[in-house]
Amino acid sequence: MAEPAVDLTHAHPHDDHAHHGPEGWRKYLWSTDHKVIAMQYMFTGMFMALVGGFMAYVFRMQLAFPGINVPGFGMVSMGEYNSLVTNHGTIMIFWVAMPVLLAAFGNFLIPLMVGADDMVFPKINRLSFQIFFVSTIVILASLFVEGGGFAGAWTAYPPLSADSTYNLTPLGSTLWVVGVGLEFVAFLLGGINFITTLMNSRAPGMRAFDVPLVVWMIVVASILFMLSVGPLLAGAIMLIFDQTLGTGFFNPATGGDPILWQHLFWFFGHPEVYVVLLPAMGVVIEIIATFARKKVFGYRIVIFTVVATGVLSFFVWAHHQFIAGIDPRMANIFTITTLLISVPIAELCFVYIATLYGGSIRLTTPMLWALAFVAEFLIGGVTGIFLGAAGSDIYFHDTYFVLAHFHYTFFPIAIIGTYAAFTYWFPKMFGKMMDERLGKWHFWLTIIPFNTIFIPLFVLGMGGQHRRISNYSGFSELARDGFQDIRVFATLSLLVMLAAQFIFFYNCWKTWRSGPKAPKNPWKANSLEWTTESPPPHGNWHPDAMPVVYRGPYEFSVPDREDDYWPQNEPPRRGSAP
Amino acid sequence: MGFLESWGHFFDRIGLIRIGSTYAADIDFLIFLVLVVVGAWFLAAEFIFLYFIMKFREKGDGRRADYIDGKNKRHKRWITYPHLAVLAFDVLIIVVSFNVWHKIKMDLPENPDCEIRVTGQQWAWIIQHCGADGELDTADDIYTVDELHVENEKLYHFKLEAKDVLHSFSVPVWRIKQDAIPGRSITGWFQPTVTGTFDLQCTEICGFGHTVMQGQVFVESAEEHAAWVEANTPEEAAAPATDNTPPAG
Repeated sequence: MAEPAVDLTHAHPHDDHAHHGPEGWRKYLWSTDHKVIAMQYMFTGMFMALVGGFMAYVFRMQLAFPGINVPGFGMVSMGEYNSLVTNHGTIMIFWVAMPVLLAAFGNFLIPLMVGADDMVFPKINRLSFQIFFVSTIVILASLFVEGGGFAGAWTAYPPLSADSTYNLTPLGSTLWVVGVGLEFVAFLLGGINFITTLMNSRAPGMRAFDVPLVVWMIVVASILFMLSVGPLLAGAIMLIFDQTLGTGFFNPATGGDPILWQHLFWFFGHPEVYVVLLPAMGVVIEIIATFARKKVFGYRIVIFTVVATGVLSFFVWAHHQFIAGIDPRMANIFTITTLLISVPIAELCFVYIATLYGGSIRLTTPMLWALAFVAEFLIGGVTGIFLGAAGSDIYFHDTYFVLAHFHYTFFPIAIIGTYAAFTYWFPKMFGKMMDERLGKWHFWLTIIPFNTIFIPLFVLGMGGQHRRISNYSGFSELARDGFQDIRVFATLSLLVMLAAQFIFFYNCWKTWRSGPKAPKNPWKANSLEWTTESPPPHGNWHPDAMPVVYRGPYEFSVPDREDDYWPQNEPPRRGSAP
Repeated sequence: MGFLESWGHFFDRIGLIRIGSTYAADIDFLIFLVLVVVGAWFLAAEFIFLYFIMKFREKGDGRRADYIDGKNKRHKRWITYPHLAVLAFDVLIIVVSFNVWHKIKMDLPENPDCEIRVTGQQWAWIIQHCGADGELDTADDIYTVDELHVENEKLYHFKLEAKDVLHSFSVPVWRIKQDAIPGRSITGWFQPTVTGTFDLQCTEICGFGHTVMQGQVFVESAEEHAAWVEANTPEEAAAPATDNTPPAG
């Protein structure tokens, strides 16, 4: 029961198609194959996740046991603490969530799911990763320069970020902005490909509403990114000028305004939440449909809702600035728009739950991750209401309540969503079946500690604990015994969760060495990527056998059919309805 | 105390955070209201979600999933009605939030008993108290570092400024928080209701020493406060003033 719908009898050896791309090490430098680029993004992102996770380990240890000599790091000074939390946030969002969810899965899935042999502009795609790789080196280098890495929070509010006499990290802060700027350029180039490939390279017969939802969502996310990133890139250039050339765009003494940066940053920063959320939600609905053997409830509702969410997301940014000194009348407007965005997001959650109704649910590892995404993201969603209402945000702003809230959105997105996608498409990406038993151990040992880390942090936030403080012993209300116990508990939970990730790496290694070969369509799913070899050859399908599409991707359990799935490319029987 | 009013004192009662100002209970009421509303939604959604997973799990009896595409109006209702209900609850929260926001951040009560100026700098709060005359920028102003002395039950106006980078003035028991911005002076108000010593935080990262930007608020009774004012009034102001120009700063 609840075993994966694996059908090994259909497995047949990997066809050795002719490879056209560069071979050997040059393949990883110059390949234009979207699958290779996807892997490059994925492994870079996963490496950066280890870096970001290590940072979390160091500063959580400092919070639980102030002044401890953290094993593997040493004593954490106040400046180092600030730098750790700054770069943890920066790396987890820009170098983990975006490259893995958007770039890796976008690159891997879009051509395969729309039935194309590659992206429309493969060389732009390659350039995108190359620039991203340079940006990765820049941000890592910024941690080791004189003065240490940037330590002014991932939001980089000036004047602190703009003037090295204030931030004391003259090199680190400039490298930080350069790294983030390069990263944006990489994703702009990637976004061009995602959008044009969906528009121009769909298989014959594939109409707009036959496209799998994950592709829709990745493309909408790319559009959101491209529309919102311009102001921030402009802001980043102004910030570099302030740092290095002595201009005063954000310096009130020379007629500048520090609040301007906040508007530019959050005008990008809030849509950015949806840029990473949408791919994860797309991944989750693919998996739920497949393992509930159900058609998605209201396919078009989902698309229209996602577009509505995207549009609304451009009008909520100032809810990050309620108490930042903006005109208090603006808070009213942004409270309304922010709470309104709960409507489409709630609707998406209802659709996901409704899709389960009447299903035949198989709790495979990817399905567990997908269901966990919905269950956990709900917590992130409802706690956002406390912060979107300006009245209660007066108290919660910059407390651990905010921190717990956005970890309940970003962790489901960047970690749960990624594991869901990774375990679901692993057979297609690597041609092997992962170990389900290890997968479930890994799942439970990640999900349970995740909740025991962050639920206590909501309590600390309600108790008035403010953010980015390396040691609370100087605050009488926050140095209470009960509060310190909570900090220790959260840190111990983190250690369990980090340790559990080794199960995942062991599972990957074991599968790579000796896992059973994956058939073309191990989950009996409908979309086009399951109609080619696992892993797909260069060009994805044989040039003479490119897929033709006859129906949407969610025709599961269609009455009067023997199979409970109906691949998109299977020709309809003569004389029957398509 | 009425039933609804008691909601505003929930977090104080369970010992999480005290109520120390006239508007703290308003914020707590809003927080508790949101907790009740979204908590109910959350529990209902999670319950239905888990129930579906258990009820519709594959049981090996060969039952196939239903074919429901969600285009049917009767089916769509299950999405439409709940999402209209979400909208209705949003409106409720918006209305209460507006009231709280207006009371704290937009309507400045007139005729304060005292004015203070709070200036954030790396990494301390410089606080200019009004002194015995209740007015700012006069000779009897009292300057302190990281210590804010106020008299219980009195209405205070503050002017919030910053010398170098952003700081944020926060006293959790008062539920007050406002960023300080270099180049601006932001006016606000508070009225303490409980005597005692409380934390004064900087809640905006302000550089290396952000952690040690620790202040204290001393809410004193009328007698205690009068004694403190008397003991700390600058000597040149204690004598009848001949020169009324305010000190630079």
